[in-house]
Amino acid sequence: MRRSTKEILIKRAFLATAVTSLAVLALIMIFLFMEGLPTFSFVSVKDFLFGFDWYPTDEANPAYGILPLIAASGSVTALSSLLAIPLGVMTAVYLAEIASPRVRAVVKPVVEMLASLPSVVIGFFGMVVMAPFLQDFFDIPIGLNLSNAALMLAFMSVPTIASVSEDAIYAVPRDLKEASFALGATHLETLLRVTLPAALSGIGTAVILGMSRAIGETMVVLMVAGGAAVIPKSLWSPVRPMPASIAAEMAEAPFRGHHYHALFATAMVLFLVTLLFNILADYFSHKHQQSGAASL
Amino acid sequence: MSTEAILSGSPAPRQSLSITTGRDRARRTKQWLAFMMLRGAILVVAAALVVIVGFLLVNGISSLSLSFLTEAPRNNMTEGGIWPCILGTLLLSLGAMAVALPLGVASAIYLHEYALPGRLMRVIRLGVNNLAGVPSVVFGLFGLGLFVTAMGLGVSLAAGWLTLGALCLPVIIGTTEEALRSVPATYREASLALGGTKWQTIWRVVLPSALPGILTGSILGISRAAGETAAIMFTAAVFYTPKMPNSIFSDVMALPYHIYVLATAGTEIEKTRPIQYGTALVLIALVLGMNLFAIILRAWLQRRGHR
Repeated sequence: MRRSTKEILIKRAFLATAVTSLAVLALIMIFLFMEGLPTFSFVSVKDFLFGFDWYPTDEANPAYGILPLIAASGSVTALSSLLAIPLGVMTAVYLAEIASPRVRAVVKPVVEMLASLPSVVIGFFGMVVMAPFLQDFFDIPIGLNLSNAALMLAFMSVPTIASVSEDAIYAVPRDLKEASFALGATHLETLLRVTLPAALSGIGTAVILGMSRAIGETMVVLMVAGGAAVIPKSLWSPVRPMPASIAAEMAEAPFRGHHYHALFATAMVLFLVTLLFNILADYFSHKHQQSGAASL
Repeated sequence: MSTEAILSGSPAPRQSLSITTGRDRARRTKQWLAFMMLRGAILVVAAALVVIVGFLLVNGISSLSLSFLTEAPRNNMTEGGIWPCILGTLLLSLGAMAVALPLGVASAIYLHEYALPGRLMRVIRLGVNNLAGVPSVVFGLFGLGLFVTAMGLGVSLAAGWLTLGALCLPVIIGTTEEALRSVPATYREASLALGGTKWQTIWRVVLPSALPGILTGSILGISRAAGETAAIMFTAAVFYTPKMPNSIFSDVMALPYHIYVLATAGTEIEKTRPIQYGTALVLIALVLGMNLFAIILRAWLQRRGHR
């Protein structure tokens, strides 16, 4: 075989594998929609998304409204972001700007290890340690609730937020900081007025990715959130976010029955939300890329 | 004081020429307070890891024994060991890697070595990034829809491998690309200057230097697959099976699913606590051990690279 023909074939083969990951994404979508869309033959899109009642197993009068599940996912994610964003960004700032190389060499692996803890272990910790603690400390009836889940989720999104923001802070051109120092600003002033604003789009990407991880996380909310499919009334309400509902009910849902399709439709909603988050993150990181001092 | 020192975090540049005024002192105090808060944040993050790992260690260590690691569960899973779960998790994560590694490495080679920036490249990259963000439970449902049902594999090792393989794909692509990026362009140019073709350059020059980085990535991929629960609960893992896996169509038990089942669905949740702690400890030892190994490997490689 001629050398150039071989080269072209090899290139084509690599292109084919690269397209595979796109194909996987496409297949995920196809299968979710194939199994999810039949839902709308027995419940309208409006009733599905905005229905207050989720009683899929009620024989006489099943109801397939996932508003309580959406509200649960939203509130758990929002509350966990409230904790994870400051903690993650502060960790990133410390790692990129303050830590000495020796401290950095210890702290960075710690953050990575936290990221690698299996979610089922964090969920287990939330069940056996955090739940009884919250119950005693705040004198509430159930320790498995919205706050507990948000707390556990926060520790899962901190590493994502920290590592992506750190890259962004690290990438801020050095002459910007030097100019600020030359004007007599302290390190903190430089950080707040120059470095962080310049890294803002990267930090935005980090926050979106962290939230996307929190909203899709399953085992933690399955084990810790309490599981009641009602609109949360307080921080101590037991809730049932979308992933928890899917994971808990899939095993019992009769194959290709109404309940089964409704769960796939819930996964469709979840998939679309995370897809939106990821496209948003991608948009932020491309459109507002900080390339040198000129674009400030 | 050099800028190096300022940027690497030494104390604030001192305005030695000016007279220190009250306002300067206030600024420095403010900075000191702010940096203390940052240190506090680090402590919280580190404490979270230490508390979780320490707690499992203290409670789980007493359940560990040779028989716990080598025997099957007995008596309705209230006694005995977790060997089938360990085996299942090893099989699942290694098999997932066998699926994801060739695909992921080849995709990364295309993206980094061949592709010219353009629309197709942009779309593929967006696809990879989005794949990384798809929740694992959605992967689980996808595996159920495609591999378990449509392809008729049933709840099996094979279905689990394919599902977990898809889940690990973006991890492998990301780390491989990073490894390729760290190979200096001069290596490629030297090979091309000697008359090597593109493929010869990749195969003989680029890949050997990127290999350690790819290895690090695959270890991280295995550890991610090993800890994954939601993706295997509909595709590969079962509550309990008395037989050991004997073909790729066997269903298996797995460590993460075992923890979940015992902690939430068992009839004797309190009685099996020691088994739960023990299983969780084995799982994090496996996962963190692999991660630590990958981190040390990477640090060692970076040091070697700087010489």
